[in-house]
Amino acid sequence: MHQRPLSTRFSRDGSSPSRKALVFFLARSACLVIALCSLVTSCKKSAGAGTAPAASSSGSRAPAPITLLNVSYDPTRELYQDFNAVFAKYWRDKAGQEVKINQSHGGSGKQARAVIDGLEADVVTLALGYDVSALHDKGQLLAADWQSKLPNNSSPYTSTIVFVVRSGNPKHIKDWNDLVRAGVQVITANPKTGGGARWNYLAAWGYALKQPGGNDAKARAFVTKLYENVPVLDSGARGSTTTFVERGIGDVLIAWENEAMLSVNELGKGKFELIAPSMSILCEPPVAVVDKNVDKHGTRAVSEAYLTYLYSPEGQAVVVKHYYRPRDPDVLAKHKSAFADIQLFTVDELFGGWTKAQTTHFNDGGIFDHIYQPKK
Amino acid sequence: MRWKTRGVLPGFGLSLGYTLFYVGLLVVLPLSAMVIKASSLGPSELWTKVSDERALAAYRLSFGSALVGSLVNAVFGVLVAWVLVRYRFPGRGLVDALVDLPFALPTAVAGIALTTVYAEHGVLGQQLAKIGVKVAFTPLGVTMALTFIGIPFVVRTVQPVLEEIDPDVEEAAAVLGATRFQTFRRVIFPSILPATLTGFALAFARALGEYGSVVFISGNMPMRTEITPLLIVTKLEQYDYAGATAIAAVMLMASFSLLLLVNLLERWARRAEA
Repeated sequence: MHQRPLSTRFSRDGSSPSRKALVFFLARSACLVIALCSLVTSCKKSAGAGTAPAASSSGSRAPAPITLLNVSYDPTRELYQDFNAVFAKYWRDKAGQEVKINQSHGGSGKQARAVIDGLEADVVTLALGYDVSALHDKGQLLAADWQSKLPNNSSPYTSTIVFVVRSGNPKHIKDWNDLVRAGVQVITANPKTGGGARWNYLAAWGYALKQPGGNDAKARAFVTKLYENVPVLDSGARGSTTTFVERGIGDVLIAWENEAMLSVNELGKGKFELIAPSMSILCEPPVAVVDKNVDKHGTRAVSEAYLTYLYSPEGQAVVVKHYYRPRDPDVLAKHKSAFADIQLFTVDELFGGWTKAQTTHFNDGGIFDHIYQPKK
Repeated sequence: MRWKTRGVLPGFGLSLGYTLFYVGLLVVLPLSAMVIKASSLGPSELWTKVSDERALAAYRLSFGSALVGSLVNAVFGVLVAWVLVRYRFPGRGLVDALVDLPFALPTAVAGIALTTVYAEHGVLGQQLAKIGVKVAFTPLGVTMALTFIGIPFVVRTVQPVLEEIDPDVEEAAAVLGATRFQTFRRVIFPSILPATLTGFALAFARALGEYGSVVFISGNMPMRTEITPLLIVTKLEQYDYAGATAIAAVMLMASFSLLLLVNLLERWARRAEA
């Protein structure tokens, strides 16, 4: 016997289903409106905080506290958490001002677009120069010569591209040419969507180019062969790490040295090994003050001090702690044993800078697209 | 309908104004910004961007798997709704709550969970690999993810309609000599068809735009498992805003016409029922 259900989802208290649905809908709309309102006010608040007067304000009274926004990419979260504390102390002692630094992290390209679209970053600390240059090209937010404003190509720390293999290195992977062998599965992200993955691609290309008798055609053949060994192209570096570590797919993961050291030393202790190739690319994640925003907020002095302090021995010590290679020769010498001895080449040397590399290799119709174009 | 008809409920002008403002602000404004951005390209440039081989492969995958996914949901969603409405069994409330889970779960979490289960070393992936079926990193995996996120739509649209149908109606049909199949086909099916179509359309629209869960399970291989939203992201990564919006506009027009078609179908079904 069927019986009309008395207590169902929509008619628990006897009111009609449509009425309940309406109430539900209205409640949802109200939530949305409240969420929107709070978003707007919080944006206003953060903009307001940014306009607080800078340290240079007159008088002997302690200057008003100030807030900075550092827009960065994914793996630097812990680095900047540490560095922000160190810098806040330094700035308090030096200028007598409280400074709070807010952090925003995400894919490098996505973060750059957010700044272009109006996220009011005082400083950006991204994964590749191309994304910072876009702030000039697309948004006129900083000067065209931003990269010469700070020492070392505006990169206070560097890294390189290395391999992570499974414990015992069962496939005997020693160098880049082992990655194109038949039967070796290589894990790397899609260079079209992941900024970090573009360094992987260029590192492989540079290796082939620097071999005896190497030229562009040979490099292209090498890279094509390498990507034929890639079973999955995740959209970003985090995704590739998951594929390799959690899913157990692939024999070798191409990764940034700092991320590789983190996985090998902390996350997957004993399960993975770091393999340093004979040569690789010097990854130079750049930092820059966003001129237009700091002038609007009146935060230029503190923003410049923030980035410059990254180059100080204290800043460089934080950098080393998070497995990035320091620029300071003394700090580097002290930690020499921590980093593998790899012959390094730069994007400027081999590829004529990031904008050119992007156009030749990664834009639509570029070489990377041709690797996957169906053969006619 | 005349403009000046006095309805039973007051506040027509105010509520209509609010509706138009709401829809305009939240839907029309961003969409027109998109169309304007896309139209900054010349017609020939626009055409090359939206019709290259890679884009075509992505449309095929996106529309194909969204369609399959929402069809599966249309069939099984009705079944689930039926079971939830017509039978009492222990754990019914739990199943009822589980249906909403794909709504509540952040899509990336869903994608990662599905990939974990279906990858070659996953619980199900291992078994499926033995019979030669690969799910993760194939179009099948994409379809699986799109089916997953579409589950609640059909169930939640059909469920209240089924609740409204009095079981007496079915009993009456039986008394009048209808077989069980006839009862379903002639009595129940026509009443739930419009709701099923609505649910199908919602699931389909949701699946077309899905990004978060699919990028994890698809493997993102160009020409093979690249969905259209991923193509939009790759264009944005090279700051090609116009190209990205052009692809988005194609998606939008295609989905809009499909949704319109489903709406017409639904209206026809309602009329057929009445």
